[in-house]
Amino acid sequence: MADLLILPVLVPLLGGLLATALPVRSALVGTLAALATSLSGLGITLLVWLHGDLGTVLGGWGVPLGIGLSADGLSAALLAMASLVALAISIYAGSYFAGSAQARHFWPLWLLLWSALNGVFLAADLFNLYVMLELLGLSAAALGALTGKREAIAANLRYLLVGLLGSLTYLLGVALLYTAYGTLDIGLLGERLGPTPIAATALALMVSGLALKTALFPLHFWLPPAHANAPAPVSAALSALVVKASFYLILRLWTELFAPIADIGAATLLGLLGAGAVLWGSWRALRAQRLKLLAAYSTVAQIGYLFLFFPLLASLPPGTARDDLFAACVLMALTHGFAKAGFFLAAGLVQRKAGHDRISELGGVAQRMPATTFSIALAGSALVGLPPSGSFIGKWVLMRGAFETGQWWWLPVTVLGTLLAAAYVFRVLSRAFGLEPTPLQFVTNARSEIPALLLAFASVALLGLAAGPVWAILGFGAAPA
Amino acid sequence: MSQMLSWTALLPGAIVLSSMLPGAFIFLVKEESHLLRGVLNMFGAIIKLVLVGTLIWGVFLGGVFESRLTIAPGLDLVLHADALSVLFVTLSSVLWLVTTVYAIGYLEHSPNRSRFFGFFSLCVSATVGIALAGNLLTFVIFYEILTLATYPLVAHRGTPEATRGAKIYLAYTMGGGVALLVGAVWLRALTGPVDFVEGGVLSDMASTLHPQLIAIFLLLLLGLGVKAALVPLHGWLPQSMVAPAPVSSLLHAVAVVKAGAFGIVRVVYDVYGVDFAAELGLLIILGVWASLTIVYGSVKALTQDGLKARLAYSTVSQVSYIALGASILGPVATIGGMVHLVHQGIMKITLFFCAGNYAETLGVHKVSQMDGVGRRMPWTTLAFTVGALGMIGIPPIAGFVSKWYLGLGAVEAGQHWVLLVLAASTLLNAGYFLPILYKAWFRPPPDAWPNEHRFESRFETLGALLWPPVITAAFCLIAGLLAAAPFSPLEWATLIARREYGL
Repeated sequence: MADLLILPVLVPLLGGLLATALPVRSALVGTLAALATSLSGLGITLLVWLHGDLGTVLGGWGVPLGIGLSADGLSAALLAMASLVALAISIYAGSYFAGSAQARHFWPLWLLLWSALNGVFLAADLFNLYVMLELLGLSAAALGALTGKREAIAANLRYLLVGLLGSLTYLLGVALLYTAYGTLDIGLLGERLGPTPIAATALALMVSGLALKTALFPLHFWLPPAHANAPAPVSAALSALVVKASFYLILRLWTELFAPIADIGAATLLGLLGAGAVLWGSWRALRAQRLKLLAAYSTVAQIGYLFLFFPLLASLPPGTARDDLFAACVLMALTHGFAKAGFFLAAGLVQRKAGHDRISELGGVAQRMPATTFSIALAGSALVGLPPSGSFIGKWVLMRGAFETGQWWWLPVTVLGTLLAAAYVFRVLSRAFGLEPTPLQFVTNARSEIPALLLAFASVALLGLAAGPVWAILGFGAAPA
Repeated sequence: MSQMLSWTALLPGAIVLSSMLPGAFIFLVKEESHLLRGVLNMFGAIIKLVLVGTLIWGVFLGGVFESRLTIAPGLDLVLHADALSVLFVTLSSVLWLVTTVYAIGYLEHSPNRSRFFGFFSLCVSATVGIALAGNLLTFVIFYEILTLATYPLVAHRGTPEATRGAKIYLAYTMGGGVALLVGAVWLRALTGPVDFVEGGVLSDMASTLHPQLIAIFLLLLLGLGVKAALVPLHGWLPQSMVAPAPVSSLLHAVAVVKAGAFGIVRVVYDVYGVDFAAELGLLIILGVWASLTIVYGSVKALTQDGLKARLAYSTVSQVSYIALGASILGPVATIGGMVHLVHQGIMKITLFFCAGNYAETLGVHKVSQMDGVGRRMPWTTLAFTVGALGMIGIPPIAGFVSKWYLGLGAVEAGQHWVLLVLAASTLLNAGYFLPILYKAWFRPPPDAWPNEHRFESRFETLGALLWPPVITAAFCLIAGLLAAAPFSPLEWATLIARREYGL
C-alpha cells in the first residue's frame, strides 16, 4: 500500500511527458493528468488519515541506499492542499490559455512542477529533497517566463539564480551532515544528530538556503517581480504552492531534525525576520500600484506570519499548547495556499478584461465581474485574517500563544500587520463600488471564475469553520484546551 | 428524547442560516428577476420570524437552546439562546422583515439590487449571530462579519461621498475590531474559553489578576465602543449617513450600533458580572463615558440642519442610554437599559423610515426644508411625531418607559447625578425634535417641493414606503401603552434582570 506513495510524483511526470509528445492535444492530456494527479494526492492523504504514517523505499535497496518516500500528517496536509489548489489552477489554465501558443509549453512544465512539488512533500531523505527542490525551482522559473516579455524574463532569470543559490546552500548543509553522520535519511539522522558545531552549521546553511527560496524577509527581493509578471495561473502556483514547499521543509527540519539544536535564540531570530516580513511586506503591498504586485507583496507578509510561530513553538514544552500552535501554523499555511491562489486567479481575470492591472483604474471592470470581485473579497478577507477564515483561527491561536508564553511583543506585529492588510485589501475592493452600469448576472465565465471562487470560499468557510481535520491529521487529539 | 435534543440544538443555527442561505442565493439572482429576489427575501424573513417565535416560547419556559460547532480543539462556535439574546434576536428579526419591505420599495429601479440584498441578508445574519453568540470567540467572529457585510451597504451608492463614508466606517470599525480581538484573546489566555453565563464568570479570579482584567475590560470597551458610537469613537456614524435610507435604519436601530451596545451589556453582565464589574470600579468608567456621550450627542444634534445627520447624532446620544443602564448597579436600571435596546430600535427605525420617505417623495433632506410636510404627508409625519415624542420621553410612548426605569434605577442605586444627565438630555432632545414637529405641522408648505416624485399610489407615497414607518410607530405606542402586558419588551427585560441578579 505504501508503494502508492510514488503515484503523486509519477503521474504528473508521465502526464508531462505525454503532453510534450502530443503538443496539439496538450490541454486535454494536461487536464486529464491534473485530475489523476489530484486524485492520487488526495488518495494518499486519505490513506494517511485512515492508517497513519506511510513509508516506502523504491528499488528494493533499503534505507539508507534506496530512494525513500514517506508521508506523515504534515506532508499529507500539504499534499491535500496542493492537490486541490493545483487542480483548480489546472481547470482555470485550460480556459486561460485556450487557443494560445503558450499552452503547449505550459502543460509539460506545469506537470513537471507539480511532480517536483509532490516530491518535496513526500521525499524521505535530504538528497532527494535537494533534487526535487532543484526541479521545482527550474520548472517554476521557466513557467514564470512563459509570457516571453522582457520584464518577465529578467525577473525569472533572477528567480532562477536565486533559487540555484538557495538550493546549493542547502546542499552544502546536506553534505556537511552526510560527512558527519553518514546518512541522509531524515529519520535516521534525527536519531543520531546531537548539538555539535557541524550540526549547527548545517542548520544555518540549510535554513538560510531554504529561507531564500521561501522569500523570508530580507531575502524576499526576488519574489515580487517574479510572481507579479508571470501569467495568472503560474503566479497562483508560485505564491500558493512553490514557496510553501521550502517553508514545509524549514518547518520539518526545524521541528524534527534539528530539534536538539534549534533553540529559542535561533527561533527568535526567525521570528524577528518574520515580523520584518509582516510589516515590510504589508507596507509594500499597500503602496503597490498594480494588483498582482500587491498580491505578491502580500505573500511576503503572509510567509512572515508563519515564522512568528517559531519562537512560540520553541518556548513551549511538548503538550496541547504546543500542538495547537503547530497546527495553527500549518492551518495558516494551508489557508494562504487557497486564498492566494484564488486571489491571483481572480486578479488574472480582472487583468485580462481590463488589459492591465493598475489598481487605480480597475473599478469599472471589477464591478462588471461580480463573481471575480467576490473571490477577491473572500480571499482578501482570508489574507487579512478576518473571521471566519482559517487565518483568523491561526492568528487567534498565535496571539493566545504570545500571551501564554509572555512573548507579548509579537502582538503589535500581528495587530499592525492585520490593519495594514485590511488597508491594502480594501484599497482594491473600494474600487468595486462605483457608478458603473449594473452587471446582469453573478457569474460571467464559469470555467475561469468558479475555480477562483471555490478556492477563495475554501479559504474562508472550509478552513475557518472546520479546521478540526488539520488537527486530526497532524495527530493532535481533541484534548480539552 | 433524542429527537427533542437535536431539535433544540439546531434551532439557534437555523435562525442564523434562515437569512444567510437566502442571502447567498440572492447574490446569484439575475438583476432583473425582481420576483425571485423578493420571494427569497420575504421567505427568509418570515421563516426567521417563525423560528424566533418558537425560540421565545422555548426560552420563556426555561428551555436550553444551544448549537455548538467545534472549529478545532478548544475553539468552539457556540450559539446559545438566553433571555438577553432572545430580546435582541426578536428585535432584529421583526425589524428586518419591516426593513426588507421598505428596502424593496425604496430601491425600486435603482441599480445593483442583487448585491444590495445579498449583503443586507448577510448583515442581519451577522446581527443575529451576535445576539446568539454563546462565547466570546463566537461573538468576535460575528462582530467582524457584521463589519464586513455592512461595508458594501454603506458604499452601495457608488458616489465619491459613499466611497469616502465607507472608508471612514471601515477604518473605525477595523480598529475597534482589532482592539476587541486583542482583549478577547487576552481574556481567553487568562481564563480558558469564555462562555457567556448569566451573572458573569470572572468573579472568582485571583486578585493579582485584577489589573489585567481591568485592562482587558478597557480594550473590549474600546472595541465595542466604536460600534456603539461612544464619543470620541463615533466619528464614522455621521459619515455613513451617505448610505441608502433602509441601511441607515438598519445601522442605527438594529445592526451595527446596537451590536456595540449589546456587546457592552454582554461583557458587563455575562462575562464580568455586574457586581464584579462594580467592585473593579469599571461601572463608573462606563457610566461617565456613556453620560458624556449622551450629552455630547444631543448638543451636536441641535446644530445639524441635515435631517439624517440630526438623527445620527441623536442615535449617538440615545444608544448610550443602554450603556448607562448597564453601568448602574441594580435590577431596575438594568431593566431600563435592556428595554431601551428595543425601544430605541423601534423609535429610531421609524424616524429613519420617515426621513427616507421625505427624501424620496419630496426631495426634502434638511430640517429647514420641512415647513408644512405634515400637510403633504400626514401619515409619515404622524409616524415621525410618535418616534420623536418617544425619543423625548413623552408618555405613553416607549421612550418614556426606558427613561422612567433608568431614573428610578439611578435613585435606587443612590446615583442622583444620573438624573441630571437624563434631565439635560431630555431638554436637549426636545430642543432638536420639537422645532421639526412645529415646522412640519404648523408652518405653511412651500409652493414647490425640492424634488417631488409622484408615485402611482393611493397614499401620499409608495405603499411599501408608507406602511413600515406606520407599523413601527404603532409598535412604539404599543410597547409604551401595554408595557405591563406579557411578552412586552418591558416584561422580557424584567425577566432578564431577574435572571442576571438571580432574583
